[in-house]
Amino acid sequence: MRLLLGSLFALATAALIGLSATWFALNEGIAYGGITIGAWTAWPKNGTPGIDPYARAMVARSGELPVGSGDGVTFYARADDAAHPLDGRCDVALSGTTPQARFWTLTLYDPEGRLVANSVQRHGFTSQEIIRSAQGNFEITIGPQARPGNWLPTGGIDRYLLALRLYDTPVGLATRSGRDTPMPSINQKSCP
Amino acid sequence: MHLSTVLLLPTMATQDAYSRLTPFTPVNKVVPVPAPSPDKATMPFMDPAFAMAVCRYDLTDAPLKFSVPISQAYTSVSFYTRADIAYYAINDRAAGRRVIELDLMTPDQHNDLPDNEEITAADRLIVESPTNTGLIVIKALAAEPGLLASAQNLLTSAKCQPQPQ
Repeated sequence: MRLLLGSLFALATAALIGLSATWFALNEGIAYGGITIGAWTAWPKNGTPGIDPYARAMVARSGELPVGSGDGVTFYARADDAAHPLDGRCDVALSGTTPQARFWTLTLYDPEGRLVANSVQRHGFTSQEIIRSAQGNFEITIGPQARPGNWLPTGGIDRYLLALRLYDTPVGLATRSGRDTPMPSINQKSCP
Repeated sequence: MHLSTVLLLPTMATQDAYSRLTPFTPVNKVVPVPAPSPDKATMPFMDPAFAMAVCRYDLTDAPLKFSVPISQAYTSVSFYTRADIAYYAINDRAAGRRVIELDLMTPDQHNDLPDNEEITAADRLIVESPTNTGLIVIKALAAEPGLLASAQNLLTSAKCQPQPQ
């Protein structure tokens, strides 16, 4: 009897640990083969038949369609360069340049991948509509209050994430480091 | 337990992209996907700068002929299996013409093609689908929000039609 109870307990514990591991892996976005450059991470393999089982499960659960590798690649940022989680009540500056690509888009989402409601109905920028300096650099202010120049509203939500999508780009499976792929820096400026 | 749930989850998911699109996409027809808004989006993480249309295909009876005219900015066509795995994508520059045109078929249908037909149509792009069913996702970039309507309009000219052999 004791042996039976012991075995049942062991099995139940194992099942619980296994299920929590799945839950944790799928919610925290753990997947193999990611490229991290500064605050940004991309999983170019997710746009190919070589997508790993974790990423497959994540995609099936969230209901998204990963960008195909012949189309482009998506970089996500959930925190700034100093690892502060992105907070919609703060002012955050996104500045610098982007890797080589014919077009790029920057989009702000809530953690579930929904667009965020705001007064000017702006959810992102494309590379065509951004205001740049004479040197070709740009700065986008991300925050709850309207700002002159490139302002991306957060709607004041407490957590958000940014997606930078590069279309028709050499960045992809073969990209290893940030040396040839300059990603914009993300810096938290002020928080209430 | 961990391994089996990770491996089984994709086959049991009912809210994956294919299932979300199924209710409003008849088979072998190009259908526009509404632009995402904060209240409503067909799928999470959609790029709001793009007009999108989908052809949910079934190659069981015949291969498919697909075409879409390219937009001023950027147009791409991506192919997904029934399990939402991207297996091929092409953009307007890679297509090198004013129209992206291709034939979608299963490996068996490709093998059945008469030899001479393949020679006469040497410049015809053939894409092999690893599964009988799947999705063709057509996207046209609206470089600024004011151009979204014309990008959506362009996608209404996209066609996917079964081609009996």
